[in-house]
Amino acid sequence: MAIRLYDYSLSGSCYKVRLMLGFLGLEYERVQMNFYPGRQHRSPEFREINPLGQIPVLEEDGLRLRDAQAILCHLANSHDASGEWLPRDAERFGPVMMWLMFAGGELMAASAARLHDALGYELDIEEARRKARAAFRVLDDHLTAREIAGARWIVGDTPTIADVACFPYVALAGDGGLGHEEYPALRNWMRDFRRLPRFRAMSGIPEFI
Amino acid sequence: MTVTTDPVALNQWVPCAWDGQIPVGGSLDTMIFGQPIHVQRTGEDSYRVAAVDGTTERELPVQVRYTCVFTTLGDTPRPLPEIAEFDEADRRITGCGNVGVNTSPYRLVENFLDMAHFAFIHTDVLGALDQTEVLAYRTEHRKEVDEIWAIDCTFYQPAASKAATGGQLTRYVYRVMSPFSVMLYKNVVTDPSRNDAICVFIQPKRETECLAYMPMAIVDEVSTVGDLIDFQQSIFLQDRVILENQRPALLPLDPTSELPTRADASSIAYRRWLKAMDIRFGILEKQAA
Ligand SMILES: N[C@@H](CCC(=O)N[C@@H](CS)C(=O)NCC(=O)O)C(=O)O
Ligand SMILES: [Fe+2]
Repeated sequence: MAIRLYDYSLSGSCYKVRLMLGFLGLEYERVQMNFYPGRQHRSPEFREINPLGQIPVLEEDGLRLRDAQAILCHLANSHDASGEWLPRDAERFGPVMMWLMFAGGELMAASAARLHDALGYELDIEEARRKARAAFRVLDDHLTAREIAGARWIVGDTPTIADVACFPYVALAGDGGLGHEEYPALRNWMRDFRRLPRFRAMSGIPEFI
Repeated sequence: MTVTTDPVALNQWVPCAWDGQIPVGGSLDTMIFGQPIHVQRTGEDSYRVAAVDGTTERELPVQVRYTCVFTTLGDTPRPLPEIAEFDEADRRITGCGNVGVNTSPYRLVENFLDMAHFAFIHTDVLGALDQTEVLAYRTEHRKEVDEIWAIDCTFYQPAASKAATGGQLTRYVYRVMSPFSVMLYKNVVTDPSRNDAICVFIQPKRETECLAYMPMAIVDEVSTVGDLIDFQQSIFLQDRVILENQRPALLPLDPTSELPTRADASSIAYRRWLKAMDIRFGILEKQAA
């Protein structure tokens, strides 16, 4: 039942998976990727593993999965006896999926801004930042409403894989020249998230959020 | 900004690409000291660099060393430093690409020299929260090479390198080789008689916009190049958060503006040296009272 993760420390998408493996207390084998400057994720050898040429990829028991969000679903589905990380009731399942897609979709503009600023990717930085701010606005508004309702997490009363999927690129915003000043509810939520047992930071996440 | 007129800055060799960044036949537009430049890879080991002003190009000197492509805008540049470790046959020589950092180049050098932040910023790797003290060390201005050295530095490190399997008291020597380059020697975990060599060469694009290159010559038979790079980049991206939040981004050279502590001895020596050479680029001018 060995788990293997194709990983790169500076990847926020890989960090989603590392966080989840940590929260679930799962041991895993790490395959080091030379993402930058090596671009190993674009090598023919790695394309055999993921034709999309992206990390993370997780393998377990003959299963090979790409996409951080899909991997979070798999880990919660197979390894979380409590069922709380991926609630199956109708009230929470749909919303968790919705915010999970948001994490892999709109929020990835913050990843693009970071790749531009830190690793020199050529892309329209103003556009990336504008889209990232719009995504932060949506999540901040949602979390403000949750605060008013007396709740702390994106869905339900406990953290779910939606929180895990959203945290990295919100917390890493600074790496892409984006501040957290305008998003008070995001800041409160990040502080709560950091206090979860077995939370681990990654490089680029400031101590002072 | 316009191109700097500071002769001290202009007469430095600085990196403008890492070797391998540009495919053979390809090119890259970038900038040094506010000057747009065009870097072309003309062959496996050959590059052509030109300063671009509108439609006119002026060819610049170029050399490829320490995994980087270097150029200079000056006519009498200070030579690149000699770093013997890069010629040792069993070394793992690797660069780490380059990383963008929005601050002045001097802030990068000072962060690299500063041991006091290890325990707080690189907790459980380069320092531990219960052993935060920086022990006294010596700084020297080595006049024959005109470099600043800090010697006899020691710091307790839980995981000093990728090869580490436990904590050690790491011995460091720091060497500031030019205003825009610095390196360290730290004793190898598996062979205390040898030192890993880790450099930072800075490409100042504008006064507060840099690219940092980190060539390394490491003694480690086990780790892959990917492992070594991942380790170094993880550390540097922790520093980057701090660097980009330092104010002011420009370096004040007025001695009253930032209060030194013992841990800052190397940074004091660096600032004195910068002041003595009268460098202007990226320096905060003292406001008239
Ligand atoms: N949908 C994927 C995207 C992951 C992703 O963007 N990974 C980055 C590294 S953080 C990557 O591999 N980028 C390479 C590329 O897209 O070419 C996921 O959520 O896992
Ligand atoms: Fe550091």
